[in-house]
Formats: sequence, structure tokens, C-alpha cells
Amino acid sequence: MSKTLLNVRDLETKFFTQDGVVHAVNGISYHVDEGETVAIVGESGSGKSVGVMSLIRLIASPPGKIVNGSVVFDGQELMDLAEEDLRHIRGNRIAMIFQDPMTSLNPVLTIGRQITESLELHMSMNRSQSRERAIELLELVGIPAAASRLDDYPHQFSGGMRQRVMIAMGLSCNPQLLIADEPTTALDVTIQAQIIDLVDRLRKELGMAIIWITHDLGVVAGMAERVIVMYSGFIIEAATVNDLYAQPHHPYTLGLLRSIPRLDEAHRERLVPIDGLPPDLLDEPSHCPFAPRCEFVIEKCWQENPPLETVADDHLSACWRDISEIRLELEAGPAGGAA
Amino acid sequence: MSEAANMNGSGEVLLEVRDLKMHFPITRGILIQRQVGSIRAVDGLDFDLIKGETLGLVGESGCGKSTTGRAILQLHRPTEGSVRFEGVELTETSGPDLRQMRRRMQMIFQDPYASLNPRMTVGSIVGEPLDVHQLGSSKTDRQERVRELLEIVGLNPYFVNRYPHEFSGGQRQRIGVARALAVNPSFIVCDEPISALDVSIQAQVINLLEDLQRELQLTYLFIAHDLSVVRHISDRIAVMYLGKIVELAERTELYENPRHPYTEALLSAVPVPDPVVEAKRQRIILEGDVPNPASPPTGCNFSTRCPKAMDRCFQEEPEFRDVGNGHYAACFLNEE
Repeated sequence: MSKTLLNVRDLETKFFTQDGVVHAVNGISYHVDEGETVAIVGESGSGKSVGVMSLIRLIASPPGKIVNGSVVFDGQELMDLAEEDLRHIRGNRIAMIFQDPMTSLNPVLTIGRQITESLELHMSMNRSQSRERAIELLELVGIPAAASRLDDYPHQFSGGMRQRVMIAMGLSCNPQLLIADEPTTALDVTIQAQIIDLVDRLRKELGMAIIWITHDLGVVAGMAERVIVMYSGFIIEAATVNDLYAQPHHPYTLGLLRSIPRLDEAHRERLVPIDGLPPDLLDEPSHCPFAPRCEFVIEKCWQENPPLETVADDHLSACWRDISEIRLELEAGPAGGAA
Repeated sequence: MSEAANMNGSGEVLLEVRDLKMHFPITRGILIQRQVGSIRAVDGLDFDLIKGETLGLVGESGCGKSTTGRAILQLHRPTEGSVRFEGVELTETSGPDLRQMRRRMQMIFQDPYASLNPRMTVGSIVGEPLDVHQLGSSKTDRQERVRELLEIVGLNPYFVNRYPHEFSGGQRQRIGVARALAVNPSFIVCDEPISALDVSIQAQVINLLEDLQRELQLTYLFIAHDLSVVRHISDRIAVMYLGKIVELAERTELYENPRHPYTEALLSAVPVPDPVVEAKRQRIILEGDVPNPASPPTGCNFSTRCPKAMDRCFQEEPEFRDVGNGHYAACFLNEE
């Protein structure tokens, strides 16, 4: 077993708004080992982004507040750290790349300036050192004629190239942990393939751990080692990538996998959608968050929220039902009811 | 390229597109504008739509797939070429005649948030096409029809007096579908109808579109960038790159036997939600980006990124031709 790099316990983030309290993240616990790729999967509003933003306390407050939890990164508790000390970790030992490369770069600064900024801040380099390193980084992420593009502005780059610049910025200080929040969602598939290939290569070369946030179960299958599935601010299932796809335990994961068309499907089968609507995060979670949409719901699901428990080796699931019963029901009954 | 006619060999042709071009002018100057170039968004398309089929149109952003949909419906007037729908040449039709034709062809838009007027109730959104085309003879007729339409798309008819913001993304897309169905069209252009929706909701809308097609004998042009979805819903698929169709084939044939290097790369880049399959797949990583449509490369449009490009590809443009069994491709590799 490799060493644990990040250990998150009972992390809870809420937003106190005019409409009420938004229960964005409701006590999630997980860990990331050194050099490992962990994917966090969920739909919009599942708390996947807020969950990782909370790790490095990047939550606008007010209205947001991390109300509970502990985040230990490389032996250090981040929740008690002074803002000043945390700033030495953010962008340095924990780097982040965001979904939209169009809006997360500053349009009035050159690409070179945006990369050298963190180098000068965190690595105390001087101008010429940081420029040299910036060129190296741009070459590393595959930008042709890197030296001459350093003085270009973001609008002079295409979407895929901008995302490469974001990655170069993320990597600038040799982070131990890279958090990638839907980094390929805004990109075309051929460019997405380029970026995934690049990140995977860099992970192997530089030995960093990656948390990859996405809603795309296809991307996850190709690159992650472990997968965490979130729904309504809870982790509802966590497993190694092979186990999760071969033996999903939670009805939501099962439902997601049945509802997406596959490129390699041999026969055209009717998709089985998950009925109903995503949950309203303003409601105080009391029962299982998936109960209103679950085909396999029982009385108990409405009374108590199931805890995340070990169901097999390295496999956690939060469901009152036994998976073997669910599988039997699936085989017996007609495949789900359409809306 | 008249051989492109009746590509399927069977079935009645509903829509015939020949050498369709849509160029947007680039102008310079403030008082006196002169044209200094043009963006070749769509640059010579030939295809047919068979009655009752779904033709998928895939390609990456900026390849001209949405412009194609709009040019067919005459929302953009094509620069050149012919669009025949039910035997009528649309490019030469205008005014009341065109409006008459528009009853037969409708569109569903990508963004269910931007494509519904926030100040109109669901009832007036769905009922508006009825007024425009003077269907629904009386007020009660109209109300009856609106309720019926909402029911068809799986919405509660009691919602007629609500506003779009009271609905979720998936429900709004259903409102968009109801509006398109109001005038009993035979042909619907679906422009990325599920891209803005959550994964668990996408399947609901896909199933709805499939059910409606069967019940109402609709013909779809399904525009999307997600190949898995397109393969699922389409009978035939056309792949676009930089304003041109590079390949067109039946859905399984295209997947199993791609005859254009771009299709191959595109197929290999689409992730499959199965780690066992993913571990075995060989991914073709294309270099670089799509060229600027204002100055496309000479020769084959794909030559700048093609891993199999030959000298010839940089000089001549390959013909879009039948390579067997209604499978069309534009690549010199198919010539031997």
C-alpha cells in the first residue's frame, strides 16, 4: 500500500442563502494515496465541485461555510491552518485546473505573466528564471513554439491550447496533488483525448496524485483507479474502477450506467432513464437522498439515511437494500418504467 | 455528384440537399464596408433524408453542423446549392409560401434556458405556432390542443399557466419539443437537444424523441457532438469536418468499418463507460487544432491533421463518393 496523501473526514459545507440553507456537502470522507488518480463522479448539484473547493477552503464566505470536517494533507491539518499558511499550499503543493479555460485565464495578462506569477510567488524565482521555467512548462504540455507564444494573450489560443496553458500553470510548482474540475467538459472529443493523454503522461512522469471531477462515466473508465460517486452532497458509492463498472452496488450508480448509450453497443436497446428530478438541496437531508427516484425503495429508505459501509473489498456503498436482491428484481421485472 | 441521389436505395426521399454552401462574409471598414473574405461554414454538402429515418450529424464545434440545420430550414439563406423538401425547392421559396412550408419542418434547440421566452407561459409558448399558422379555429380548440401536446411530451397539462423558470432543464426541453410538434411537422431538426441536460435526464429526452418518431412518423436530422448518443438514436450518420461531410454511412457500418481517417480518430477518442474495454482500446490522438474556416487548407480539409496524409492530399480534394453499399466517404485511401 502506498502512503496516504490526503485524508478527508466528515467534510460538511453549507451555503446560507436568502432562500434557506443549501446542504451542498453533507459529511463526506475519503482518501487519496500518493500518485493515485481518483475520480469524483456526479451530476450538477451533487456537491462534487464544492467538495473539493472546500479542501483548500476556496469557498466564498458568506454565504458558504465549511461547518465541519477535517482535511489532512501530507500530515498537516488544513482546516486549522492560518490563511497565510494555506496560501503556500494552494497553487503550490495542491494545484487546481478548472472547467472553463475561456474564463479562468485573465484576458489582459499575457500567458507568460500568468505562469510566471506563481513561480515567482511560490518558488521565489527571478524574472529570467521563471521565464525559462514557463517555456519548459509550455513545452511539457505540448504547445508548439513555446518561447514565442509566451507573450501572447489568452484570446490568441484555441480552447484546447488554453486548457494546456491551465495545466502548465497547475503544474508550475510541481504539485503533489492536482485537482482537475471537469477539465475536458468544454472541449471537443479529439481535444479531450489529447488532454487526458497529456495528464496521464504527466502523472506518470511527475508522480503526482490527481482528483478528477467529472460527470462523464466514459472518461472515468479510461483513466481513474478509484471512483467516488456523489449524489445530493453525499458519497453514495466508492470503489476501484473495475469493481464499480462490473459490480455497481448502489441503485443510482446502476441507474446511471444503464441510462447512457454506449458507442460500442451492438444492438439498439432502449435506454432506461432514471425517473424524476435531481434533488433540491434546500431540503434538510433526513432520508436516503435517492429514495424519491429509486426503483428499489423500501420503507426504511424514507426513515433513515443509509451510512456508507463496506460491501466488498475496497468497495463502499450507502444503501439499505442488498445488491443481490436488487439484481434479482432487475432480472425478474420488465426493465424499468419509462417516464 | 448527382450519384449521391437516393443514397439509401430504399424509401421515399423527404429532403434532398445538393451542393449546399453557406458562406458568411467577413467585412472591413466602417462607413464603406467591403468584403475581404468569407467564412466557409458549410462548403458543399450532398445528402438525402429518407422519410421516417434519423440522420445523425456529428462533428466538433465549429464544423458547421448547426449552420447546416439552419440553412436547410432557410433560417440562414444558403449561399449556393439546392434544398428540396417534399419536392419543393426551398431556396427559391419565400414569404407566405415559405411560411407554409415551415409548418412541415420544425426545430428543437440546444439550450432549453435560452430558447423559451421567460415572459411567456408554457401555454402561450406551445400555442404560438398554432396562431402563427392559423391552426386552432377557436380558443377552446387551441387550449385543447396545447393540453394534448403537453401530455404527449410527458408534462402535466395543469402546467399551462406556469412560466419556464418553474421547470427543470429536462422539462424545459420537453416544452421545446411540444412547441415543435404543435403544427404537426413531418421533419424536425434537433440541434444538440440533450447536450445541456444532466446525464440521468438525457435518457428521458432520448426515449421521448424515439417514441414520438414512432408514433408520429417523424423524420429527424439529429445534430450532436456526442457520438455515443448519435449512434444510439440514428439510422445513418454523417460526419462533418470543417464545413464538409467526410463520411456518411449506416450506423453500425460507420462504427465497424470507418473509411475516413477523421471518423476513425473521432470514434477512437470517444470514451466507453467500461474500464475493461477502455484498457484494450487504441486511441488515435490527433495533433493540433481544426483550421480556420476562413482559410481552409488546399487539398483535403483534414490533411493538416491526418495521420495518413499523402502528398496528393495536400494538392487535390478527394471526391465524396460511394465506396459500397451506400457508404460514402471523401478520402483517397479508398481509391485502390
